[in-house]
Amino acid sequence: MKKMFAGDFLLYDKSSNSYRPDPEQLVRDDVEKHYWRNVVRTVVKDWRLYVMLVPMILVFLFWRYFPMYELLRCFKVADEVKPVADQFFSGFSYFKRLLFSGDGLSTEFWRALRNTFLLSFYGLVFGFPVPVILALFFNEIKSDILRSAYQVLTYLPKFISTVVMTSLVTMLVKQGSLTSNMGILSQGLCALGLISEEVANAGLLNNPSFFRGIYQISGIWETAGYDSIVFFAAIIAISPTSYEAAQIDGAGKMAQMKYVVLPSILSTLVIMLITRIGSLLQIGYEKVLLLYNPNTYVTADVVSTFAQRYGLGSSSAQGLASAAEMMSNVISMLLVIGANTISRKASDVSLY
Amino acid sequence: MKRKLEISELIFKIISYTLLTMFSVCCLYPFIYAISAAISGQHAVDYSEVILFPKDIQFEAFSQMFNDNMFWNAYSNTLFLTFYGTVWALGVSILGAYALSKKRLLFRRFFNFFLVFTMWFSAGIVPQYLNYLDTKEVFNVMGITDDKWLVVIAMGMAAMNIILLRNAFEGVPSDIEEAAIVDGATEFQVLSKVYIPMSKSTIATVALFFAISRWNGYFWARQMISNSNEHPLQVFIRLKLEEYTDPEAMAGWNEVYSSDSVIYALIVCSIVPILIIYPFIQKYFAKGVNVGGVKE
Repeated sequence: MKKMFAGDFLLYDKSSNSYRPDPEQLVRDDVEKHYWRNVVRTVVKDWRLYVMLVPMILVFLFWRYFPMYELLRCFKVADEVKPVADQFFSGFSYFKRLLFSGDGLSTEFWRALRNTFLLSFYGLVFGFPVPVILALFFNEIKSDILRSAYQVLTYLPKFISTVVMTSLVTMLVKQGSLTSNMGILSQGLCALGLISEEVANAGLLNNPSFFRGIYQISGIWETAGYDSIVFFAAIIAISPTSYEAAQIDGAGKMAQMKYVVLPSILSTLVIMLITRIGSLLQIGYEKVLLLYNPNTYVTADVVSTFAQRYGLGSSSAQGLASAAEMMSNVISMLLVIGANTISRKASDVSLY
Repeated sequence: MKRKLEISELIFKIISYTLLTMFSVCCLYPFIYAISAAISGQHAVDYSEVILFPKDIQFEAFSQMFNDNMFWNAYSNTLFLTFYGTVWALGVSILGAYALSKKRLLFRRFFNFFLVFTMWFSAGIVPQYLNYLDTKEVFNVMGITDDKWLVVIAMGMAAMNIILLRNAFEGVPSDIEEAAIVDGATEFQVLSKVYIPMSKSTIATVALFFAISRWNGYFWARQMISNSNEHPLQVFIRLKLEEYTDPEAMAGWNEVYSSDSVIYALIVCSIVPILIIYPFIQKYFAKGVNVGGVKE
């Protein structure tokens, strides 16, 4: 502990040859003694500021935090009459059943968890490089008008709603029947010899082995152009003199990529990659919901749709469904926080 | 002196142009096909004679849809949800973000965490569903029986957007605020006369994000709006798709246009307004991506 001296509190007054209290210290004492009174004072003085905060707090409290209270259901025996607080406690029985029981529901849950992970993992592997490559290509186009035209066209699908996008996909790969041919995209793929006639005629969306492909390709189609904006911004920030210097040194295109472009966009790349890894389990369930059907549950069912199917259908499975989703949400939260911490350490940029 | 392109650079340039052209065509083609298929004749669509250009042109599919009251209903519902939803969400966000941007706000760190935590962890679909059901009951007791207001008020608030606004407000120099206060401005006047005009472009970006998410909203609108007269456009499109792609229900179809044309016509109608305003809003969208990262 720090040693205290009289001089810390008292000032020596030469004129009267005596000590008097330090006025600044008096203020400090006052602040300490009346801490809460001062708090109230500042709040009263700035009351308008706090009034402004109220609607936001209420909205988030009612519709973001109150649902978390409903999560109590994960630990309670399902009861259709009683409110959740009065239901009997059942411990971790739902979690145990989902994770370890090995019955049909448990297998389905594990399948959903695996599908969730795989869909976003493939999205990362195939979807992440495309915007970067697009940005590199945009950089090659020296004519502004032409480049803007390309950009406008490739951003376009991003503005289409999920429902319209999935409707388009459904129509383009629809099954054939007696009165009509299959979708135009299926026909194109058949003509190219990529898929066989019978498979295409049965409808690609009814075939579990095509679901992941359709999901990823439509995802790339939708977001690649728009996601390239951030990389393109990093690339055009590179000074032309860097290229010139490399060219004088005899660097070909690949060498320029390696020694000029890559180091300049590396930090952006790393941040975007970390963000994507952080949101590995946060999958847009709406798109899955709109594209899947009972035939493709094997590869398409994700945790959110699993929870939605069981929990919204009957009230007896609400606890179980919430438990399933809560597990994936907790893992997801840990991933997000971890990614954010790494990002902050690596680049001083914190995403939240 | 102009330097000659090296062979590797030339090859890369050619690849760039080729692949970009291909990708752009892929992005555009489905829309062109949708338009063509919507206005082509029944036989041409069903037996895939339409590939790029329309054939046996008819406008029956469009006129059938335009004569459908439910379609106009759905459209006006979507406009309602988009307009009021954006106004409400933006209003709440601006007020909250302004308060959060002030260093003198007490418990500022706590309020920030309160927001950010909702981005990390959400309760999930089932608890949210139960919560919305309870809200619906409360609203009914309060006399608000129109489910659209439930969608407007309870849904679509996003912590990320509030943080974007907060950062924009923090960027406004505090000298200007002090000058305004010396001139006798109240807190609300400082916000409306200084802060909002000075962060116009971020506000436009955030408003756009809200509007787009409202316009596109599907799942919760379908779950919570029980009256089919109040369904927004997205739900209407989806229900039509489910109806028209059921082969059994469509077995007795006997019109000059294909049943597919109806779906394509719907798709075209929902895209057209976006295409019209797209050139004007595109730059705000690009901006939104760049302000996504937050420095602390």
